[in-house]
Amino acid sequence: MLATTLVRSAAVFACSIVLLVIAFLAREAWPAISELGPRLLLDESWHPKATASTGTFGIWPMIVGSLAVTAGSVAIAAPVGVSSAVFSEYYAPRVIAVAYRRWVELLAGIPSVVFGFWGLVVLAPLIARISPPGQNLLCGMLIVTIMILPTIMLVVQSTFASVPRIYLAGAVALGMGRWAVIRQVVLPTSRRGIATGVMLGATRAVGETMAVVMVCGNVVKTPQSIFDPVRTLTANMALEMSYAMGMHRNALFASGLILMLVCALAIVSVNVASRRA
Amino acid sequence: MNFSYALMLMVSVFSLCGCSPSSSLENTGLSTTQRVDSPATSGLSGKIEVTGSSTIAPLMTEIAKRFESFHPGVRVNVQMGGSSRGITDARQGLADVGMVSRDLKSDEADLKHFEIARDGVCMIVHADNPIGELNRDQVMGIYTRAITNWEDVGGTDAKIVVVNKAEGRSTLEIFLDYFKLKAEQVQADIVIGDNEQGVKTVSTSPAAIGYVSVGTAQYDKDLGTPIKLLSIDGVDASVATVADRTFPISRTLNLVTKDEPTGLVKQFIDFATSADVHDLVRELAFVPLEN
Amino acid sequence: MNQESCVRLAESGRVGERLTSIAIWFMASSVACVLLCIIGDLVWHGVAGLSLDFIIAAPARSGREGGVGPILVSTFVVLTIAIAVSMPIGLATAIGLSEFTSRESRFATFVGHGLDLLAAVPSIVFGLFGNALFCNLLGLGYSILAGGLTLACMVLPILARTIEASLRNVPDDYRVASASLGICRARCTASILLPAASSGIVVGLVLGIGRVLAETAALLFTSGYVDRMPRTAMDSGRVLSVHIYDLAMNIPGGTENAYTASLLLVGLLVGINLTASILVRYLFPTQRVV
Repeated sequence: MLATTLVRSAAVFACSIVLLVIAFLAREAWPAISELGPRLLLDESWHPKATASTGTFGIWPMIVGSLAVTAGSVAIAAPVGVSSAVFSEYYAPRVIAVAYRRWVELLAGIPSVVFGFWGLVVLAPLIARISPPGQNLLCGMLIVTIMILPTIMLVVQSTFASVPRIYLAGAVALGMGRWAVIRQVVLPTSRRGIATGVMLGATRAVGETMAVVMVCGNVVKTPQSIFDPVRTLTANMALEMSYAMGMHRNALFASGLILMLVCALAIVSVNVASRRA
Repeated sequence: MNFSYALMLMVSVFSLCGCSPSSSLENTGLSTTQRVDSPATSGLSGKIEVTGSSTIAPLMTEIAKRFESFHPGVRVNVQMGGSSRGITDARQGLADVGMVSRDLKSDEADLKHFEIARDGVCMIVHADNPIGELNRDQVMGIYTRAITNWEDVGGTDAKIVVVNKAEGRSTLEIFLDYFKLKAEQVQADIVIGDNEQGVKTVSTSPAAIGYVSVGTAQYDKDLGTPIKLLSIDGVDASVATVADRTFPISRTLNLVTKDEPTGLVKQFIDFATSADVHDLVRELAFVPLEN
Repeated sequence: MNQESCVRLAESGRVGERLTSIAIWFMASSVACVLLCIIGDLVWHGVAGLSLDFIIAAPARSGREGGVGPILVSTFVVLTIAIAVSMPIGLATAIGLSEFTSRESRFATFVGHGLDLLAAVPSIVFGLFGNALFCNLLGLGYSILAGGLTLACMVLPILARTIEASLRNVPDDYRVASASLGICRARCTASILLPAASSGIVVGLVLGIGRVLAETAALLFTSGYVDRMPRTAMDSGRVLSVHIYDLAMNIPGGTENAYTASLLLVGLLVGINLTASILVRYLFPTQRVV
């Protein structure tokens, strides 16, 4: 009985933190929401000033930017991460598998500043050869992919490690090939673990701040192709928060709040959709 | 049952408000006859909180260290958060001194400000770019996309990559002011935040043009970074020309306090604006103010 | 015989199998190459500055000279506080979600959504939130403690979700068998399920530690910018990632030491990950059930 109380309290506590964060954002954003209202989505540009009447506060291109970077990076990182986990668990010889895993674990701790820096001085010039300048949506997607890859790979691999031996032994005994075993036995059994890993990766991607500031170009325009510069909502807050006063500051918090709302919608709909499946 | 747990936990979290707030103005043992620049141990002790601009923070950290070495009983904590935080924290008393890397606006006249350095703003291009100077019209044309190719201003055939700064930043406002541009007119390819980001963007992009702090650009160029400082309207851009006021585009770096500073804070501000720290100012590529 | 060798015994001679094998090896090599590029870049630029003096000495000339001694101390203390606070709560939450509530219940769904949303909060929002809550409202000021607590909030969903997933992966046989032996749920969880899920706990810990060491924006506004050696956890202290950001983006001429500090961070990571891995396996010895 005590155990149940304890663990449920912990769970409620964990949840209450996110409510506090949303309450904080809402409080700081309130002046912007009440005075600007739909202008946040409808204004044609983002040139904020300290008062509502003198500036424009359209954040729509940045919502698209955030979604594009997140969707793109998850689309690449999920299959690559799962394949890496498959490689490490089932294809690589023991020594290589352990080394590979440690190598990827290293990536999980490298600061976002270092990734951003590497993207700025190495990756962006590379992309610039195809389409100058190199700081654009593609660069952002690739950098964020590299950042969330360890999360997805490590969680998925841990799930693979707990697939019951009986399933595998039985499939092998039936004469199934290695990939067939993986595709038809391992992957379906690990669905929930893969979902957890991808969800953790996706939420990391959407919240990434420092790296995207350095590689995405930060121009407030809806991207027409992956070679266009974008600005995400998080980069927007990071870039302008230090100098923003008055309504500008409130509008920045409002953009953070809107990001949270979009995420909440996405999380709930993903869970509902997976439940239906 | 779950709701009551939630309530219980929220209450316990908020009841932690009993923690002692950090008192920032403990001034004890202050002797008014003590000279600030005496290296002998002094009786000064206390804590000073300084928050604000990330441009000034490194400079203030070094000044604070030197001040602490003269007065071992004093601790000066320098934090970043942006110029706007410097202003609001000074006003609300959350900090003793605010750092603001721009000239104060008219609605900030209630604060007392003290200038500690000057910083110029210059245009930079990649070192391989043959262009060495531009005039005002050309810069305006480039930034409004009336001119899109380096050929049109005498360079090689390459599409110009325009680098602009993010909204609200003082470097942006000075730039717009000097070149008589409005923020809406500028069409950039890349928008950057800090000066170093600007330098690294331009140094890795041969067709780029941007504007950053003169001191930062010159320091990096001397270290070998492949950038070039452009002359504007015939005036070379360098720390020297900012110092003798011939270079037209510049801003002051300020410290602000809510009221006229007294006691420990006054000693510190006097020290920070004195000639004793001019070498520290130069170290970080700013221009000291010769009073 | 363990399960991986089971699968490796599977027939892999057919063409389709060969092709998939090649594709997977190719993909893994590409990933390894990209990682090599990044870490190689760090080593190339940073190894020259690495020395004992760099690890121990205090920063001088805004970090362009000297070392990162006090900064390492601050980093370790923040890491310890963050993990010490978030581990128990994360563990309890994970156990609660996996063992003590039914998967379809509204409580589990609600808490799950809350955790996922918490994981999605941007780091800069955490920084501002931590500053408002821990530094201002709770009166801690810019301090290592405030930084550790803020980071505990950030790391909590990672720990909770990962451990929950690994607990769910433990076969129900264990639970059924222990119930039939009359072992109560709490005991079963502590003695049987957690050790069985220890690899997942290690993953959660590694990801959490990685997140703490990698985080910049959140700590800039909570544990602060002061690079002095902290005397207590209530002192402000710069952490290594903030120092790297400062050197790379704020100080002219600081790029070289930024690389060296990054390399040092990577080295620390290797050490900390190994230690965490060994520690968890010591605390929860995996019983190999035949």
